[in-house]
Amino acid sequence: MSDKTALPVGAEAIRDKGYWLAYRFLILRRLSQSFFLSLFLLGPWFGIWWVKGNLSGSLTFNVLPLTDPFISLQSIVAGHWPEMTALIGALIVGAVYALIGGRVYCSWVCPINPVTDAASWLHRKLDLPKGWQPKRGTKYFMLAMVLGVSVLTGTVAWEFVNPISMLHRGLIFGVGFAWALVIGVFLFDLVLARRGWCGHLCPVGAFYGLLGGKSLLRVSALERAACDDCMDCFAVCPEMQVITPALRGKDADSPLILSPDCTNCGRCIDVCSVNVFHFTHRFDETPAPGRVRDRTNPAPKVGKAA
Amino acid sequence: MSATSTQPKSPARRRFLQDAARGTAGCAVAGMSLAWFVQDARALPDRAIRPPGALPEDDFLAACIRCGLCVRDCPYDTLVLAELGIDGAATGTPFFTARDVPCEMCEDIPCVVACPTGALDHELTDIDDSRMGLAVLIDQENCLNALGLRCDVCYRVCPVIDEAITLERRHNERSGHHAIFMPVVHSDHCTGCGKCEKSCVLPGEAAIKVLPIRVAQADQAEHYKRSWDENTPLVDEIIDLPDRLPGTGTDNLAAPGGFEPTFKLPQGATTGGVGQ
Ligand code: SF4
Ligand code: SF4
Ligand code: SF4
Ligand code: SF4
Repeated sequence: MSDKTALPVGAEAIRDKGYWLAYRFLILRRLSQSFFLSLFLLGPWFGIWWVKGNLSGSLTFNVLPLTDPFISLQSIVAGHWPEMTALIGALIVGAVYALIGGRVYCSWVCPINPVTDAASWLHRKLDLPKGWQPKRGTKYFMLAMVLGVSVLTGTVAWEFVNPISMLHRGLIFGVGFAWALVIGVFLFDLVLARRGWCGHLCPVGAFYGLLGGKSLLRVSALERAACDDCMDCFAVCPEMQVITPALRGKDADSPLILSPDCTNCGRCIDVCSVNVFHFTHRFDETPAPGRVRDRTNPAPKVGKAA
Repeated sequence: MSATSTQPKSPARRRFLQDAARGTAGCAVAGMSLAWFVQDARALPDRAIRPPGALPEDDFLAACIRCGLCVRDCPYDTLVLAELGIDGAATGTPFFTARDVPCEMCEDIPCVVACPTGALDHELTDIDDSRMGLAVLIDQENCLNALGLRCDVCYRVCPVIDEAITLERRHNERSGHHAIFMPVVHSDHCTGCGKCEKSCVLPGEAAIKVLPIRVAQADQAEHYKRSWDENTPLVDEIIDLPDRLPGTGTDNLAAPGGFEPTFKLPQGATTGGVGQ
């Protein structure tokens, strides 16, 4: 472990770039999450009905229908062909996320994200063991399972238990015992499995990941040559396995983070004190030489410290 | 096949198979739990009435995305979304409780118009055609009208008065010389709006209640013909028996034009004794 990995995560970034640049995307993300939630709350709380409904389906300014494409898909395999309004809404949402990255939903909109982020933060503070780490593919099994159960039961199956829509709908329409599920997700991530829910199990995240598999907006480790192995990006990234191929790639490898698992949350951009990462588009071919390793600049032996 | 079976399995391949088996087994367990939970949670309580135009419950749960747009566009705040563990209906699906807030049967049916998915059927354009449930006079012991009073409230408030609900005159056996005006609901016109239940004057529970049609109505007995509905005779060639009408030429004393028998019964003998 090098000296730098011993520093608290993000300390260098704050020192070198200042508080704003070291937390920019985190702050913007919280603002975005609050923004989307408050749009829905304006109606029930203040009587301003710009947006009606919830994340499953909504109507904005009485003209723009938006529908969750994953819920619509479950509805279709369950045997109901939705009315045009819902289909158009699902197409719009689907197209937007296909363009900007499916899991942008996860990090910029989903109301469960602050919950799992809080769990992960506390997990790091308490230095708990990482616990059960299901295989990365598990969430795709979950996705297939949900669609299978939808077919078998003829219902929109995931909506019976989905903590995302229960929390969101709960805040807008009345929550009932949905709190239990939200607390459950928090405890699961905190105690049982670090970053367990969003990254490994949630079929909604899996669906949006696949949806944005070829999305335009991507993070790139453009300045990877400058990386000083502080490992902070790995510590903050909810899907740390996506960083390695880009950051540790050779000259010929693309510096773009192309994995559909990347949520485009931008925390790696924040936390890197030497500004390795940038938002760019998937066709960005700016040359990004890999790091030169020689005797004066040896590869640090961090191994699996992440 | 034969080539691989003779070679030792590679550890990678073995691990892959193990992982795949584990993943499949885990998901099968999760899937069965979810399926069980769905089956359990889909049972709709009898007091939860779906909005107008709602598809049959099985189709409804495939169609409704639980967005609540129907709830938002209901001007009377009749509809609510079920809350987990508090309301019995599947969480997040819309319903109403007639005794709390009934459906006012809006002419433009805004809830149906608002539904983006068709879980509330857009074919429903005349609210009188909706069948949210069926009112049933369930407590015929405490209903004031059934006791012989003239409450009539459920009848008066019905938006389809005299068609969905009528007052049927019966003899009041208790007093012997009064009438009872029984509220009677007719399924061919009752929309299940619940206004009658809401307005029933009894404290607490109503004597008349809207129930889901699946609870309120029995299946028609196929093997009993309703001769008054269908004109087809039971037997194709019906045997025509001579009619004996009251009137001249019969021995019916009570009918006008009947005649006295030619013989006289002995004094004191009862008619029951004839033919001894
Ligand atoms: S790679 Fe960066 S942007 Fe993508 S999920 Fe990780 S921290 Fe967020
Ligand atoms: S508007 Fe339609 S899809 Fe939305 S909650 Fe109501 S019935 Fe369900
Ligand atoms: S529910 Fe009651 S008020 Fe409504 S139509 Fe039926 S009988 Fe009339
Ligand atoms: S309102 Fe209630 S008590 Fe009155 S007649 Fe109707 S059912 Fe009976």
